Amino acid sequence: MATAHGAAHDHHAHGHDDHTPTGIKRWLYSTNHKDIGTMYLVFSIFAALIGAGFSVYMRLELMQPGVQYFNGADGTPDGHFWNTVVTAHGLIMVFFVVMPGLIGGFGNWFVPLMIGAPDMAFPRMNNISFWLLPPAFILLLMSALIGGGVGTGWTIYPPLTINQGAGMDLAIFSLHIAGASSILGAINFITTILNMRAPGMTLHRMPLFAWSVLVTAFLLLLALPVLAGAITMLLTDRNFGTSFFKAEGGGDPTLFLNLFWFFGHPEVYIMILPAFGIISHIISTFARKPIFGYLGMAYAMVAIGVVGFVVWAHHMYTVGMDVDTRAYFVAATMVIAVPTGVKIFSWIATMWGGSIRLTIPMLWAIGFIFLFTVGGVTGVVLANAGVDYSLHNTYYVIAHFHYVLSLGAVFGMFAGFYYWIGKMSGRQYPEWAAQVHFWVTFVAVNLTFFPMHFSGLAGMPRHYVDYPDAMAHWNYLSSIGAFLSFGSTIFWLIFVVFGTLLFGRKVGANYWGEGATTLEWTVSSPPPYHTFEELPHISPTAHH
Amino acid sequence: MNMAGGTPKHPYHLVDPSPWPALGSFAALLLALGFGLALHPGMLGPGIEAVMKSVHWWAIAPGLLLVFGVMYWWWSDVIAESRVYHTAVVQLGLRYGMILFIASEVLFFAAFFWAFFDSALYPGAPNMPVRTEATGGIWPPKGISIIAPFDLPLMNTLILLLSGTTCTWAHHAIIEGNQKDAVRGLLCTVVLGAIFTCIQAYEYIHAPFTFSQDIYTSTFFMATGFHGFHVLVGTTFLIVCLIRAAKGQFKPRQHFGFEAAAWYWHFVDVVWLFLFFCIYWWGAGKAPIALH
Repeated sequence: MATAHGAAHDHHAHGHDDHTPTGIKRWLYSTNHKDIGTMYLVFSIFAALIGAGFSVYMRLELMQPGVQYFNGADGTPDGHFWNTVVTAHGLIMVFFVVMPGLIGGFGNWFVPLMIGAPDMAFPRMNNISFWLLPPAFILLLMSALIGGGVGTGWTIYPPLTINQGAGMDLAIFSLHIAGASSILGAINFITTILNMRAPGMTLHRMPLFAWSVLVTAFLLLLALPVLAGAITMLLTDRNFGTSFFKAEGGGDPTLFLNLFWFFGHPEVYIMILPAFGIISHIISTFARKPIFGYLGMAYAMVAIGVVGFVVWAHHMYTVGMDVDTRAYFVAATMVIAVPTGVKIFSWIATMWGGSIRLTIPMLWAIGFIFLFTVGGVTGVVLANAGVDYSLHNTYYVIAHFHYVLSLGAVFGMFAGFYYWIGKMSGRQYPEWAAQVHFWVTFVAVNLTFFPMHFSGLAGMPRHYVDYPDAMAHWNYLSSIGAFLSFGSTIFWLIFVVFGTLLFGRKVGANYWGEGATTLEWTVSSPPPYHTFEELPHISPTAHH
Repeated sequence: MNMAGGTPKHPYHLVDPSPWPALGSFAALLLALGFGLALHPGMLGPGIEAVMKSVHWWAIAPGLLLVFGVMYWWWSDVIAESRVYHTAVVQLGLRYGMILFIASEVLFFAAFFWAFFDSALYPGAPNMPVRTEATGGIWPPKGISIIAPFDLPLMNTLILLLSGTTCTWAHHAIIEGNQKDAVRGLLCTVVLGAIFTCIQAYEYIHAPFTFSQDIYTSTFFMATGFHGFHVLVGTTFLIVCLIRAAKGQFKPRQHFGFEAAAWYWHFVDVVWLFLFFCIYWWGAGKAPIALH
């Protein structure tokens, strides 16, 4: 029904003033959730190339022992320069790739479509959420170039951050602005989901991707202001002589760690929850079954979000906490494995007995389940404070969080891309290129990150430009994997993205067929500029 | 505008394209760069260092002015649109939005309260010898004389609580269509807010310590200063409402702008109560009193 109305409206739009704006104004002045979503996706891809470029540069260096590239002007190894690149890589990937891609891009595109809303609740505020990102990104890049750069890691712990050069202040402003962007976006998503669901779509009939964005938005809303407060205090400690994080003035550097991780832990769920939502839709679509345990899936995300706020200190076991505190955080952290297990097993149960089609999005989704589970299992290992004492700040931790984020969140993004590119562009990806992209990436990322478990267990520390010769073998493999991954991404950009947009086969409204039951499949591909001008009605028996 | 040409088939407001978000983002960039240059005049190279040194804090002026401009233009548009497009459902959405914004503000303050309790509860933590040496193991730290809580701060508490009641008076007046009392109530609220700010300024000027002294003064000025900033924002918001009330823009069934200002004002009020009880009173400990 909605298809007919949407398409009809598109042709009769000249009676209104709401015809598609043209030229630069369409993008700069946008109040359209699909256009803003597209800008987010383009921005995310652009930032990803820079962020991934930094990681390739790092893997080039680590390919062999000794220092090849990261030498200072005097020819001696420059560890600060190394850490500057580490920091830029981390902050870019978190704030300018994963968050804009999953939440800003897919969230903007598909939350309104899935809940049958004509747009976001605050379309103009939606646009500032996007447009704040380029200034934040510019400031972040400047921070790496000015005053010697920010060589602190993305966690920006004092006292190291207090003594950094001018770039540190720009990085703080960058985070302030990116944080404001995300808080405004979170307000927008929550309001849209609570206030604009189509008639008949109760919360318990809402698609899981919308659920995932709802939970994510609450995490953003409540976690980011704490980071903002922490970096504001960092700013005054640096420039106005305050003592928040200076022990010599009665302050406490570990206060910053607590504040940072009170934000930082929810932040990692912010990055993964939308991917959970996307994966649920893909598994359900290509198993041609409704998702197994829909309510359990929704409330598992709520549980992950809630418990995610009370586990933060597992990132700082080695800071000198007393043993009772560590015992609590070990237990609380392991509790998170329960709702996460609910999700993993429900995805498997959805596939169980289903009529499975191994399409490209399904390959990424299954890859996601496999690799995210690997990262989850090493997470349970690291949750043990005793074990973490020896693994803290080693490559084991790097392997762990790249399995859940680089191979979890990023696989979720690629899965979403292949699932929805036909809907967004009206053209389907070339199958051969997509197959190549998936398999090369799958092998390459495992080649990159799996050996890091071994070098980490062998004691290789993070944030160092060099390592002992004994680690050379695993590092060599990691570097080969990283180059392959980057090559695969460039291949994707050229053959899949441009191939699709220029030469892709045109597709209809629901090109996935009977398994795809959510509302975005009822509108044309690409959807008209304004969708659901007449609201769809959801019947009580509708699939999720 | 979207609904102008035909019969709306849904109650939502699809906003027209607008230049303010992009301009506002540009303003944010200008402001951040200006701030950075004020802190580090040589940041962008020696060429402009001398200029930036003489400009100093004026470097934030262009960004700040543009931010204020965008706020004015953007919210002027919202007020103009509200007459046509703010259906009951849109108003509900705005309410959600304001409540969520205030929720995020609460967490912003949580960071500063966290800093306060981190130091006030554990000034002499055994595993933190450097801190213990700095504080003397007591709170307030050794050498700190404090502002008497049951003097000006108590008066400020009463002033803010009173302003909450005058705000509610204005609200009831709007609901009953009594424009005169709405204006009176708002005027009282604004004046009380201004008096609060003046007293706070007096307290700051005469404070027996400075921002950069130690952890006590850092947390004190950060928490109360951030609150004071919110009082200024809230007062400005109420002044806008006062002007709008005087123009008769608030209707008994449609006055979200006022409600948002009132909620914000009550939020600022509640934060002050926490500041008063935790930092001024409980946090005073046994320290000598310097400012009556």
